[in-house]
Amino acid sequence: MFDSLSSALSNAYRSIVGNKVLTEANVEEGIRSVRQALLEADVHFKVAKEFVADVKERALGQEVLKSVDPGQQFVKVFHDELTELLGGEKVGLPVATDNRPLILMMAGLQGAGKTTTCAKLALWLRKTRKKNPLLVAADLQRPAAVDQLQTLGNQLGLAVHAEGTQGRPPEICRRGIELAQRNRHDVVILDTAGRLHVDEPLMVELAEVQQICQPHGVLLVCDSMLGQDAVNSAREFDSRLPITGVILTKTDGDARGGAALSVKKVTGKPILFVGTGEKPDEFEEFDPPRMAGRILDMGDVVSLVEKAEAVIDEKQAEREAKKLLKGKFDFEDFLRQMNMIRKLGPMKKVLGMLPGMGQALKGVDLDDNRFKRVEAMIQSMTVDERRRPDIIDVQRRRRIARGSGNQLQAVHDLVKQFKMMQKMMSKLGKGGLEGLAGAGMPDPASLAGGPGGGLPGGMPGLPGMPGGRGAGRGGGNQAFRDFMRKRKK
Amino acid sequence: MVFGKLFSGLRKTREKLASGLSRLFGRGRKLDADFLEELEEVLYTSDLGPTGSKIVAELEQAWKKREIAETTEVPAFLRKALLARLEGCEGSLVKAPTGTTVILVVGVNGSGKTTSIAKLARRLQSEGHKVLVGAGDTFRAAAVEQLSLWAERLGIDIIKQGTGADPAAVAFDACAAARSRGIDYLILDTAGRLHTQKNLMDELAKVVRVVKKQIPDAPHETLQVLDGTTGQNAIRQAEEFGKVAGVTGLILAKMDGTAKGGAVFGIREKVDVPVKFIGVGESIDDLEPFAAEPFVDAILKFEGQETASA
Repeated sequence: MFDSLSSALSNAYRSIVGNKVLTEANVEEGIRSVRQALLEADVHFKVAKEFVADVKERALGQEVLKSVDPGQQFVKVFHDELTELLGGEKVGLPVATDNRPLILMMAGLQGAGKTTTCAKLALWLRKTRKKNPLLVAADLQRPAAVDQLQTLGNQLGLAVHAEGTQGRPPEICRRGIELAQRNRHDVVILDTAGRLHVDEPLMVELAEVQQICQPHGVLLVCDSMLGQDAVNSAREFDSRLPITGVILTKTDGDARGGAALSVKKVTGKPILFVGTGEKPDEFEEFDPPRMAGRILDMGDVVSLVEKAEAVIDEKQAEREAKKLLKGKFDFEDFLRQMNMIRKLGPMKKVLGMLPGMGQALKGVDLDDNRFKRVEAMIQSMTVDERRRPDIIDVQRRRRIARGSGNQLQAVHDLVKQFKMMQKMMSKLGKGGLEGLAGAGMPDPASLAGGPGGGLPGGMPGLPGMPGGRGAGRGGGNQAFRDFMRKRKK
Repeated sequence: MVFGKLFSGLRKTREKLASGLSRLFGRGRKLDADFLEELEEVLYTSDLGPTGSKIVAELEQAWKKREIAETTEVPAFLRKALLARLEGCEGSLVKAPTGTTVILVVGVNGSGKTTSIAKLARRLQSEGHKVLVGAGDTFRAAAVEQLSLWAERLGIDIIKQGTGADPAAVAFDACAAARSRGIDYLILDTAGRLHTQKNLMDELAKVVRVVKKQIPDAPHETLQVLDGTTGQNAIRQAEEFGKVAGVTGLILAKMDGTAKGGAVFGIREKVDVPVKFIGVGESIDDLEPFAAEPFVDAILKFEGQETASA
């Protein structure tokens, strides 16, 4: 999500940042395209108007104009304002202050993704918070909605309270909470039917569930593809319940998510979580500064590093990095590193977290199967060949191609790429991290092209990365660095 | 009246929009740059997106050429401009010359496919046709049960396998059954998928191929269900599904809220595919053929001319 918003916005702000001197005229120009980008991203027009006015006011104010580098200062202002629009600091779930389990109630329009989100949230609470949640099936409107929640519960090993499709949702929810207390569940998640905010009887029923159950949190589940009407429905739900926070669903599509962002601005309620894929564990806490960074294509190195820390052994990574920087780097290291990176997840997601890569990757189809082919080729090499890649002549290449079921060209590409990487790494070793800028990032086009060709350059020593600077393009990136500094504290 | 439901469904829409438009067209308002900017904003709230800007630009041109001078002339101008963009946008359901007509229903998650299928089945059934549905959403938990319940309520047959089955296999079975049972309309459900998920889109292409193997000129209709509350992303959806599944018509669902469904205009600029039906309520009968005039009028609130209280 947010990708195309990101491209439009970054074009707009780059046109401003490119100017050494900020004048009212060039700010005005850039601001106009920002407004257009926001509107085309489904940001509610009033929200867009305000956002643009705020940015403009600050951009033309003293803090920017008097600073050493107005362009970079502007990026910072922009990042700040965007973070603000997205909700400021990260907000967590409410806590139960009484003696009852934490009761969370879902609400939203039809097809927003409530039932799936119930299961995802429960799974997340169990995994990260060691909770023992109970799901309550109170959507009696949609045929088989109860079945759906029960099936999900079975698949994921989550307890579900269901009473079939008879009865009244408020009562079912009340009994569900009683059951949770008896069975010592510490979280109860109430699934409710999707409803239009103009459906009076159903809205009354929803308010009744809220009255009877007194949930600690009411979560509005919002489709990230929603249009301008999102703020109307959110406002209506909020006035009836009120809501505590928002969960954004289907963010793995290419919707620009502007409407959902407007919901935050209009209702003042934070976005707590985002659904990021079809699998039950594709669900994350929402972090506004990080998201702002992603939108401005500053990458999300923090998330990447966190991910890396979880799957990569730091000491090993450091050893690898040292070896690498000395230019002593062979196919065995290559394979090991490649597998390390593969653990991070699909390549497109991983690379997309690097600054500047989001846009470069747009429309590029990264096939993770390519890794498997490369692995097959390396495994078809003799130990000697792996350690001394220079000995791999055409004859050997032909054998490797046959042995791994690849075209000869694929082996050519692999060896060529490997040598380039070797060279780049030794240069990096001499020139320090600064040398990485420009040279360090793999060219995404080459990643997608050619049969076996194209591999991301190794990312040695990932866990150590936050101290370094990202390979920012176009004159560095003050806000990004500030942002990283802040995160490190 | 045929469009009664649509109108009542869109009433909320109208009231919301009316407050914006009527304020604009209020007495004494001059046609000037401020007016144009406000008009653009009002059009944005109906999800018209960049189309709204284009229409306003056209209006500005006409104003500069002195073809139009008063704000009172603006509604007619808008109506004409919007209708022009919907030309060729109406269309009725295709019927196979002989044998079973196969209708494949596709769309993103939560757009309203299964419910729209039930409504469509009901519609065809009430016209006296023999209808069969195929439960091709084998991915989402209990999607098969959901369609089964609808089939049971309507008293029509359903072809299904378990959750997790190959949707192409379900499609194959359903086509075979439809042929042997002399079915008039076979409606095939599919799992919701985001148009950005390449492997899921490939799976959809496979379903189409398998259907063709059974019945060569099928699917006769591939209907894409669009959530009426969706914003500009609807355009991307229509483009991608159009490419992969060869969409022949759209169903605009959930048009009974306050959403305006204006994304249709943006879609028309990119893909030449008609809107065939519009979902205007929760009841099984709430599916109507799409008609451009009432759609535009309902958006612009020209019929009736109720009191324009801002």
